[in-house]
Amino acid sequence: MAKMVTFTIDGRQVTVPAGTLVIDAAKQAGIDIPAFCYYEGFSVQAACRMCLVEVEKMPKLQPSCALPAADGMVVHTETPKVVEARKSTIEFLLTNHPLDCPVCDKGGECELQDMTFRYGLGESRFLEIKHHAGEKQWSPLVFYDPARCILCYRCIRVCDEGLGMAALGLSYRGVAAEIIPNKGDHLECDECGWCIDVCPVGALTSGTYRYKSRPWEMNYVPAICTHCSNGCKTTLSVRNGEILRANNRDRSGINGEFLCVKGRFGFDFVHSQERLQSPLVRRDGRLEPASWGEALKVAAGRVREAIGRNGKFAVIGSTRTTNEENYYLQKFARQGLRTNNIDHHRSGDFITLVDALTGRTGALATVNDLYTCDAALVLGSDLAQQHPLLAVQLRANWRHHRAAVYVVTPGPVREDQYAARSLRAEAGSEVERLEELREQLKARKNLVVLYGASVKGEAVRRLVAFGDSLGIAVKYVCLVDYANSRGALDMGLLPHLAPGYRPVEIPGMHLDAMMAAPDLDVIWVVGANPLEGGREFAAKDAFVIVHELFLTETAQRADVVLPAMSLYEKNGTATNVCGEVQRTKAGPKVMGTKSDLDILGLLAAQLGFDLGVPSHEKVFEEIRRTVRGYSVPLPVLATGGAAQAAPCGPAPVDAQAELVRPSDDTLFTSGTLGKYSKRLTQVMEAPGRLFQP
Amino acid sequence: MTLLAPPHPLEKRVLLRRFDAPRTEPVWIDEYLRTGGYEAIRKALTMEPEQIVEEVKKSALRGRGGAGFPTGMKWSFVDRKSPKPKYAVVNADEGEPGTCKDRILMGYDPHRLIEGVLIGGRAIGACRGWIYIRGEYREYIRIMDRAIEEAYQRGLLGSNVLGSGWEFHLSTHTGAGSYECGEETALLESLEGKRGNPRLKPPFPASSGAFQCPTIVNNVETFCAVPDIILNGGEWYASLGTPKNGGTRLVCLSGHIERPGVYEVPLGMNLLKILNEIGGGVWKGRKLKAVIPGGSSSPVLKAEECDIPADYDSLAKAGSMLGSGATVVLDETTDMARVLARLMKFYAHESCGWCIPCREGTAWLKKISARLEEGIGSERDIETVDRIAQSMFGRTFCPLGDAAAMPAMAIVRKFRGEILEKLAQSEAFAPVTGAQPLAVL
Repeated sequence: MAKMVTFTIDGRQVTVPAGTLVIDAAKQAGIDIPAFCYYEGFSVQAACRMCLVEVEKMPKLQPSCALPAADGMVVHTETPKVVEARKSTIEFLLTNHPLDCPVCDKGGECELQDMTFRYGLGESRFLEIKHHAGEKQWSPLVFYDPARCILCYRCIRVCDEGLGMAALGLSYRGVAAEIIPNKGDHLECDECGWCIDVCPVGALTSGTYRYKSRPWEMNYVPAICTHCSNGCKTTLSVRNGEILRANNRDRSGINGEFLCVKGRFGFDFVHSQERLQSPLVRRDGRLEPASWGEALKVAAGRVREAIGRNGKFAVIGSTRTTNEENYYLQKFARQGLRTNNIDHHRSGDFITLVDALTGRTGALATVNDLYTCDAALVLGSDLAQQHPLLAVQLRANWRHHRAAVYVVTPGPVREDQYAARSLRAEAGSEVERLEELREQLKARKNLVVLYGASVKGEAVRRLVAFGDSLGIAVKYVCLVDYANSRGALDMGLLPHLAPGYRPVEIPGMHLDAMMAAPDLDVIWVVGANPLEGGREFAAKDAFVIVHELFLTETAQRADVVLPAMSLYEKNGTATNVCGEVQRTKAGPKVMGTKSDLDILGLLAAQLGFDLGVPSHEKVFEEIRRTVRGYSVPLPVLATGGAAQAAPCGPAPVDAQAELVRPSDDTLFTSGTLGKYSKRLTQVMEAPGRLFQP
Repeated sequence: MTLLAPPHPLEKRVLLRRFDAPRTEPVWIDEYLRTGGYEAIRKALTMEPEQIVEEVKKSALRGRGGAGFPTGMKWSFVDRKSPKPKYAVVNADEGEPGTCKDRILMGYDPHRLIEGVLIGGRAIGACRGWIYIRGEYREYIRIMDRAIEEAYQRGLLGSNVLGSGWEFHLSTHTGAGSYECGEETALLESLEGKRGNPRLKPPFPASSGAFQCPTIVNNVETFCAVPDIILNGGEWYASLGTPKNGGTRLVCLSGHIERPGVYEVPLGMNLLKILNEIGGGVWKGRKLKAVIPGGSSSPVLKAEECDIPADYDSLAKAGSMLGSGATVVLDETTDMARVLARLMKFYAHESCGWCIPCREGTAWLKKISARLEEGIGSERDIETVDRIAQSMFGRTFCPLGDAAAMPAMAIVRKFRGEILEKLAQSEAFAPVTGAQPLAVL
């Protein structure tokens, strides 16, 4: 156990581990020491001088962000001398600050405003002409106003230390000092916008939000990012049904305040001009707008007719719909349509892992485990591109705890920067190089293994066997691609496995078989685009029902297109890459759309299927009761937390590993949705490339 | 190169002992060896490193860069048993306005510096040294480079120093024109190729300096004093000055004085004696108004305050500092508002911008003092200068803030009446008295 020290702060005795900074210890004692440059988790700058405190027996005021608590130390945080110092610091800051609060994006949520208010500065002695430098656009997403900048260097640190991108630096000196982007006049980076969020003032502003709203005009909705599988919580700022920005400044959820470019800016597909806002029904070979009543009637009619003549159905589910919708969809297929022909795009071989880990508990890692583990092994994934949160977690673990990270990938990845060892291996042969790491891995206390889509089938079993042979605690993460890819697996959007990986008696057709089957009567596609890239259904005459946001290749082939909601528009839960279940709430509204759950509920009612009430609460209750691993504690979810679902147990041997196909999205692509996000396609870094240095 | 005047009888030339006659060429290696050069390092190589440090401690040698930290103590902080390489760095960034002594030493007696660094390096077990020279000193960089080359050729530097088996390399490193890089940690950042911002202390360079390795950083003059300390013993050197203020020091006389230049005097010599006898008194027969005794950051002394011994402790007691030894003489005609404006312009230009009080404070001081120089302003402005300086003093990240605040406070406090008078006489702007809530600009 760490050595403890006891010291006095504002007359209170506080005991903290040795090495704790006074500013942190004060926080634990409920004392707020103001600071601009201090930022938990990042290097100490001691530059803003706001956190100066008085320490007995020290002649000068001391920066509490750079002062480790020591036994017997006596600290005062609100003496007249301290308050005077803070007042003068604020006065200094305001000398060259433009004070354009009425038109500044940050107005109302600005730390400089708050601090000025707190220290009651109403008058300035500064009578001179202010130093001014003009505003600059660094990218379509990031703007910088040096006049507002107080130089706290938070942006530089999150970019460098947090991401390993190091795209921001400092130029000029004295009062002319300002932040500069890596390409001189513009930025080429991850475009994640983390710098904008950590900016305590309005110096860094978002190209998509600037001058659009005041913070008090918007509602804040806790949602889950709909893009990759990392399951970042994002707080949507919604005004009049429109998302104006997304960030996670409230640090809700597993990601703290981290979001990548997709999470922070890639929500604009929601309000795309190309969103479907009315059902479409094929008449005389052409898709034409129809009312919801009419479209549902046409769809229900054809389905009823097909059921009547014992027709063949195929159901393709989504990797971005909620757990409730996925669960309801498989119930709809299995109990309503009486078919096991249900599948989805699988992007990671989790099924073999479930089987290989039979009977174990605690063998699946959480996002937090990546921050606390002693060692991590990344196989076949360009983490910084494909799983940005996991990459940030590992990097933070290395920075804070010196975790050893091992990388085996087909090409260079950003994790090489700090990896204890990086090996290169052809996709699919990563596991063959593991023996070279055995001795190093054995020496660590524990290990988290992350493997991408190229590790599948037997390779997963060999990987687990290798992990077992190390003699240390090993946890696993099967890297899947989209927001609810893992949920789709768990909820049984599989032809041979019901929810919770329970085998079904007679397995149905898998995705490839459905595509190739010439004799299907109805193909039902919920939020997927299997016809992308010119593919076709072999069943030329099948009646195709599609739930979609956009007129995708698959929707164009449909006979009935039902405009669906995106994940941001509905309530429910989703399961991230680590199996963590989180709740998402409906933020924006797009007229004319319905949630997939509502659509299925309405059709179930028309078709006379008794599938239970299609409300997300009721369905989730049923999931908690019946799906293995999902008896997660409700209070955790209700308070915005994440609860891990770990459905380990016997699964059939047939993982159908050949169906696992990576989508190979980069930081700037996101399957179908990404194509409809102007912001993701507009930044000059897009579309990016995997395995780039 | 006329800065080096012929020796004055009151001088005690130790560091400058090779310049009894005026010269134009530096002392190159042959002459240096002929006049007892590199004897000290030969002796030091026979001593234990602890003995070297002990000798320097005994000499009461204090850092000649400005802060006056005891050199032996600084060296003793280096953990010689550390498995990391250790480094010796020479601070030749000589940026303090009024200071021009390091250039004399490097420009005339470069091998003395090399020998000093060798001894310092030996004392801490260093394997490498750098001489960080300000970029403007192009001529001295050239001289040092040639001297280093000579030392390599004679086996005084390199993989086997004088056959002792000890490896020590030395090279020059050019600064890019920043006063801040004279601060030792900013110097190290710059040496590492980064922006010259100061570092957070602790850790101090002795435990984590250049490239995160144990490092000593000392001024040129400090290193140059070391060879004689080793040759003649610490006690001998200490006896040249006053207790706790060992040895001699170079004084850079400039400003309104008859004989400006660099002189070497024992520490503790009376300041007026230095000015009047060595420097020949205030020029043009005028009266003395004030003296800046230790570089531009040292608080100004009024004429009547100058009758004190020029050593670290006496000047500190008088509310100023010995600093870098740059003594700037101001005669009775000097406009103190102008002095203030010029100094503040310098600090605003040189503030690195890292911390708020220095960045914003120096810029603000510059603007107000420029106004006062023009005669535009009020009594309130003088108070504001004092208040700003107080808000900076002791609260900035590195000493640059203090360096700007100290002279500002001293000038507006000691010459308040003069500045007020100037404002009153100014036709530019009627002085504003009493509280004015906001000015209309």
